[in-house]
Amino acid sequence: MTALLTIIVLVFILVAIWQMVKIFDLAQAAKDENTQVATDKDNTMNAYLMMGFLAFIYVITIVCFVKWGDLPLMSNSASEHGPTIDNLMVISMVIIFIVQTITQFLLHYFAYKYKGEKGKKALFFADNNKLEAIWTIIPVIVLAGLIIYGLSTWINIMGVDESDDPLVVELYAQQFNWKARYGGADNTLGKANVRLIDIDRANILGLDEADPNAQDDVITTELHLPVGKPVLFKMRSQDVLHSAYMPHFRAQMNCVPGMITQFGFTPTVTTADMRETPQMQEKVKRINNIRVENSKPLLAKGEEALEPYEFDYLLLCNKICGKSHYNMQMKIVVETQEEYDAWIKEQKAFKNSLIN
Amino acid sequence: MSAHADTHAHDDDHGHHHKETFVTKYIFSQDHKMIAKQYLVTGTIMGVIGVLMSLMFRMQIAWPEEPNVLFEALLGKWAPDGVMDADIYLALVTIHGTIMVFFVLTAGLSGTFSNLLIPLQIGARDMASGFLNMVSYWLFFLSSVIMIISLFVEAGPAAAGWTIYPPLSALPMAQGGSGMGMTLWLVSMAIFIASSLLGSLNYIVTVINLRTKGMSMTRLPLTIWAFFITAIIGVISFPVLLSAALLLIMDRSFGTSFFLSDIFIQGEVLHYQGGSPVLFEHLFWFLGHPEVYIVILPAMGLVSEIMASNSRKPIFGYRAMIASILAIAFLSTIVWGHHMFISGMNPFLGSVFTFTTLLIAIPSAVKAFNWITTLWKGNLQMNPAMLFSIGFVSTFITGGLTGIILGDSALDINVHDTYFVVAHFHLVMGISALYGMFAGIYHWYPKMYGRMLNKNLGYIHFWITAVCAYGVFFPMHFIGMAGLPRRYYTNSNFPLFDDLANVNVIITIFALIGGVVQIIYLYNFFTSIFFGKKAVQNPWKSTTLEWTAPVEHMHGNWPGEIPHVHRWAYDYSKPGHDVDFVPQNIPLKEGEEELQH
Repeated sequence: MTALLTIIVLVFILVAIWQMVKIFDLAQAAKDENTQVATDKDNTMNAYLMMGFLAFIYVITIVCFVKWGDLPLMSNSASEHGPTIDNLMVISMVIIFIVQTITQFLLHYFAYKYKGEKGKKALFFADNNKLEAIWTIIPVIVLAGLIIYGLSTWINIMGVDESDDPLVVELYAQQFNWKARYGGADNTLGKANVRLIDIDRANILGLDEADPNAQDDVITTELHLPVGKPVLFKMRSQDVLHSAYMPHFRAQMNCVPGMITQFGFTPTVTTADMRETPQMQEKVKRINNIRVENSKPLLAKGEEALEPYEFDYLLLCNKICGKSHYNMQMKIVVETQEEYDAWIKEQKAFKNSLIN
Repeated sequence: MSAHADTHAHDDDHGHHHKETFVTKYIFSQDHKMIAKQYLVTGTIMGVIGVLMSLMFRMQIAWPEEPNVLFEALLGKWAPDGVMDADIYLALVTIHGTIMVFFVLTAGLSGTFSNLLIPLQIGARDMASGFLNMVSYWLFFLSSVIMIISLFVEAGPAAAGWTIYPPLSALPMAQGGSGMGMTLWLVSMAIFIASSLLGSLNYIVTVINLRTKGMSMTRLPLTIWAFFITAIIGVISFPVLLSAALLLIMDRSFGTSFFLSDIFIQGEVLHYQGGSPVLFEHLFWFLGHPEVYIVILPAMGLVSEIMASNSRKPIFGYRAMIASILAIAFLSTIVWGHHMFISGMNPFLGSVFTFTTLLIAIPSAVKAFNWITTLWKGNLQMNPAMLFSIGFVSTFITGGLTGIILGDSALDINVHDTYFVVAHFHLVMGISALYGMFAGIYHWYPKMYGRMLNKNLGYIHFWITAVCAYGVFFPMHFIGMAGLPRRYYTNSNFPLFDDLANVNVIITIFALIGGVVQIIYLYNFFTSIFFGKKAVQNPWKSTTLEWTAPVEHMHGNWPGEIPHVHRWAYDYSKPGHDVDFVPQNIPLKEGEEELQH
């Protein structure tokens, strides 16, 4: 039945187009004009549409920036290096915005201004080395600036300073969840390999049971971080590629089976403080209004309403990893050193978590 | 050398007329014009499939997990009660990417226009080897058929993303689509690469050897320069993907460990030891990045030619245009690492790739400014091909500019694999290349079919498509900057993104309108073959050689002698001439100087 309906609709569309073509042909003033080559009338019409389209591009740009440009993720970075990335982003955006506005104007305005007319002759203008030099050198200068700024930012972020005595945390990825492993009192992760995984003994991350460093390791399903302390993440994956994406901290690194990758940053805002910022409160309010709206049809059907949203930092998987890729996440809690110490004390050490 | 010998034999052929049957004329044809049309029609069919897939997954993103009659009708068991399954969502995304990048924008675009235009514009009777050309098309056809067959296998088609990163693509237990579906994907792509290589070699040999008298390299139209360089990039980079595909087949079927190591999946440890998925990423992107230039350079060539012809002006900065094509081609082979900033490779390499990547903005900027200057003080003929060319420059600029952000490793950390990337590459290489292809079709349709496309349908097609393209991909940047990852079946598990849901609905509505509008184009294309207005020999009053050939196709392209070339391809509105175009085969007037371009 659906197929039949689809076919009927398609046939109607085709007939409609056919009729449209006939109307176009009848509308031609003279038969010999029907060459399907643009006439002066077509040129004029399309020239105006070009200006209209320019306006459309500007409007959609403005609407997007006004409506969705207030990006909490752009302004609310929660790591020490976050603002440097955001600065670079803003500078790049401003440059892009200027170039985009000017070049789109020139393109569409020329298309409008120089619309074809019978009898007019174009200017024979084939080359000009000065102009070519200008629009080679200007991008060179702008890009040189961006490259230097970009690379210094990149090196600062990726360079790991071991003398900071960072908290070492392993992020362990598997289809489709995350685990975090802390080094315990010695802040040293014990040796591990997926070949040592022993599900029956609950050695789920494949830690080397003989390694003294592994004994006090702590494995958790939530990531807690003390505020203001550098963290060095060591990423591992047991099956396929995953990517540890922590957008609020401007941090991301792939987890690759067979190797350990790393990324370090210092969280600067606790979860509690972030919830208190006006921007975040406004965002949460907006989201909760949406959720109330979305709950109405659910309630009408006798189902449960959506839970109200409360802000939390998140770790997302950002590399396609299989069926439930879209739901591979872990909560991140940034808290004060005292809160963190209290939390880590409650967790079981590796040697105590094994089943004998 | 052998190619050379071939052509001489071929040339002699034209002395005596040989009979053609239906099969040799329409199916196993060795005529480049017929092969071009075969590429175009096959590419169009693949394009319809690819676009239909994108509309389906766009509807899933906008209205997640809601029943949809279209899903029920088209996806069958993959949409129980009309609700799309998460596995098939990933498969649709994967096959959409594969089809659009390779089958539509590589074979459909480059295959069509390189075949059609190289012999006609350089003044050759045919390709260097008509036989290889035929084999190239039929390998492409075979690979298309295998790719379509892979959609129907029991466990589902390949679903690891079009980049097919192992281990996901290597382990059938990681994902249903990594079983038979992935095997067929790899086989199809291996055949596709063979096809592409045969085609590219043919293009290179033809351009080097078969140019007519007077057609020096600096008199070549920019289309030919673009096809020529594209073919060279293809020959350099496609074999690397072939080797990656072969190594992956070895890992999958013969127990080697090129890309796999230390894997524990579904309760068991696998034997793989010592390989690295990052190696695959290097091999893949060594083709994958040049590939986007394989897609965009031919479109640039077509647009340059169409813009000059319809502006009635020479293309501005002919030599700078060639230089920028060469620069882009060179740089394209040393930037692949910008897809891998956060893959775990050494951050120092990231610095190097940031540097080389941002350099590409320079030749790209030169090209954009040259196109804009070509319009300046022109006498613009707003044919549909011209509209699509202007549209090309517009989307190329919009999409290209965000490359400055993605190519910058520090910024890539936060927008990598988000919708920002999707918006960027769709505008800069997807939509732009598609516009280039449409422009080429509207412009050379009379050359291919001897009839004209309806211009009014062309106008409707362009304007609605143009609005929808921006409507889809412009807002998409913003949801990407808000941190929304791509390839998520639904975002409903992340209340964090709830306020972006309405943006996704808007995007999908634009996508649906833009998709449906293509019916107008398809109608125009297929009915005009039979009922279109009969074309005259040179409808656009262009200077290049293909318009000196008769409208009726003939084997060998020109009756009698091949025209000789006396000037460059862009003598539009040249002072001292009564008409506003002087074809390349017209000798210089007495006292006229050829422009020292």
